[in-house]
Amino acid sequence: MRRLSVFNLTTLAFGLAFLYLPIAILVIYSFNDSRLVTVWGGWSTRWYAVLLHDRDLLAATLNSLAIALASATLATILGTMAALALTRFGRFRGRMLLSAMVYAPLVMPEVITGLSLLLLFVAADVDRGFSTITASHTTLTMCFVTIVVQSRLVDFDRSLEEAAMDLGCPPLRTFFSVTLPLIAPAVAAGFLLAFSLSLDDLVIASFTTGPGATTLPIRIYSEVRLGVKPEINAVCTVLVAVVATAIVMASLLSKRGAAAPGLPGR
Amino acid sequence: MSAFGGAGKGWGARLVVIAPYAWLFALFLLPFLIVFKISLSQTAIAQPPYTPVLDLAAGWEGARAFLDGLSADSFVLIGSDTLYIASYLRSLEIAAVSTALLLLIGYPLAYAMARAPARLQAVLVMLVVLPFWTSLLIRVYAWINILQRDGLLNQALVRLGIIDEPTTWLATDAAIYVGMVYSYLPFMVLPLYATLQKMDDSLLEAAADLGCRRFKAFWAITLPLSLPGVVAGGLLCFIPISGEFVIPDLLGGSGQMMIGQTLWSEFFANKDWPVASAIAVVLLCVLLVPIGAYERMQVRRFEEGR
Repeated sequence: MRRLSVFNLTTLAFGLAFLYLPIAILVIYSFNDSRLVTVWGGWSTRWYAVLLHDRDLLAATLNSLAIALASATLATILGTMAALALTRFGRFRGRMLLSAMVYAPLVMPEVITGLSLLLLFVAADVDRGFSTITASHTTLTMCFVTIVVQSRLVDFDRSLEEAAMDLGCPPLRTFFSVTLPLIAPAVAAGFLLAFSLSLDDLVIASFTTGPGATTLPIRIYSEVRLGVKPEINAVCTVLVAVVATAIVMASLLSKRGAAAPGLPGR
Repeated sequence: MSAFGGAGKGWGARLVVIAPYAWLFALFLLPFLIVFKISLSQTAIAQPPYTPVLDLAAGWEGARAFLDGLSADSFVLIGSDTLYIASYLRSLEIAAVSTALLLLIGYPLAYAMARAPARLQAVLVMLVVLPFWTSLLIRVYAWINILQRDGLLNQALVRLGIIDEPTTWLATDAAIYVGMVYSYLPFMVLPLYATLQKMDDSLLEAAADLGCRRFKAFWAITLPLSLPGVVAGGLLCFIPISGEFVIPDLLGGSGQMMIGQTLWSEFFANKDWPVASAIAVVLLCVLLVPIGAYERMQVRRFEEGR
């Protein structure tokens, strides 16, 4: 059993403190009774009560949840298909282009993706709103799903699929009765990641939104620009709790795939 | 070999390739072509706010009129107005400095993670990844709480007697760097950790047996072997940071804007779509080399596992 040296232990302590302290402060101050965000006035849940009466905020939250659900579902289907195409179909024509299109959105600056999608929707004369944000989020998040599912597909024993096919099982049935159960944890993890990414996105949603389709991050952003408010601390705390739950679940479902989706060398 | 019998067997197999292909083609690749087209258009007070608009119904005449109307005005503007050039340079500067800072902070962290007991490692990876999935907006906002004039940092520093009165942290370059390092740390740590964790301990033991000091062994063995992780982490940070909008917008000052902010304000405030598109095209060209390197890295990663 290896032991950590003092230097390594200190590094870990400082690193994790740096990562978690700001969020911890945000969470603690969301329970601050004082209206002044920098003065501690005792514990209180009053800002959460204020949230419940903020109609606009609730509407934005519902929009965000609906978009996240719809886009994550689509992204999971398309992303799993792309992962299968890249790992199980050999060298078909245009394979390089597909893999390039799958990996590029992961690092593409969001302003470029957002602008290009908006210009597409304008050129196609599509009414902007719920559907355009959903389509945009699907495009971004399906790539994350592909990477998670692909890591799993590359890993597992292919002889099971081959055995099924040798015994005369048609490809489609082989997929549903052999492959899908084996990759199910990665698919579920991909879905949850897509869901939380969509719930978090500000830049792409800002470009592709239309009248009546304000999402939660757009709403938070417009408030944050005016300064820190205790209600915003409370909204952020709720959002952090939701996303953290989703990600912990995703990691438990797919120990390997979910730990570092989109990150190389794993 | 292809387990599902190669492409083009049944309709199901075809759909698996065609559906994601068509989706990404229509919503990722095609939009870039449109951005390129609009970057060659001219601003107009109309809906949509640019001319010429390709009128397919007019046939050849329409296409002729469309081609005649194209202009490189937006690119000429970007090339001649020092404001835009300064904005690009500032973005690259901030991205380079941020990436260097990330490497300085992320390397020891990844190293410590890779040295931790095996059972602890999975938990540590999880702890590093978790903040990455919470909204960037929230993480940046959390720092506004801390860095503002009467915020916790100034309160703490004054109480400790390090400074006499509150100083300005928010709206400075320092705040931008704090935000960048904080937001992109997992992108740097995870690839570094992955290469460090795979490293063969016996190499270091051999060096130690031969009388090599630990510090020297690090420079001679560990660091060179972890270079793939350094490159991966660097690319994953440098590329998106160059186009970052939220962090400089919320934490930075009102001085020189990063290119992501310039694009945003050209689009949303000035409603100048052709110039915003031209900014995106030039940014993409600037980032073509690092994006190409990143693509090759990703492809190699999965091809090796096949």
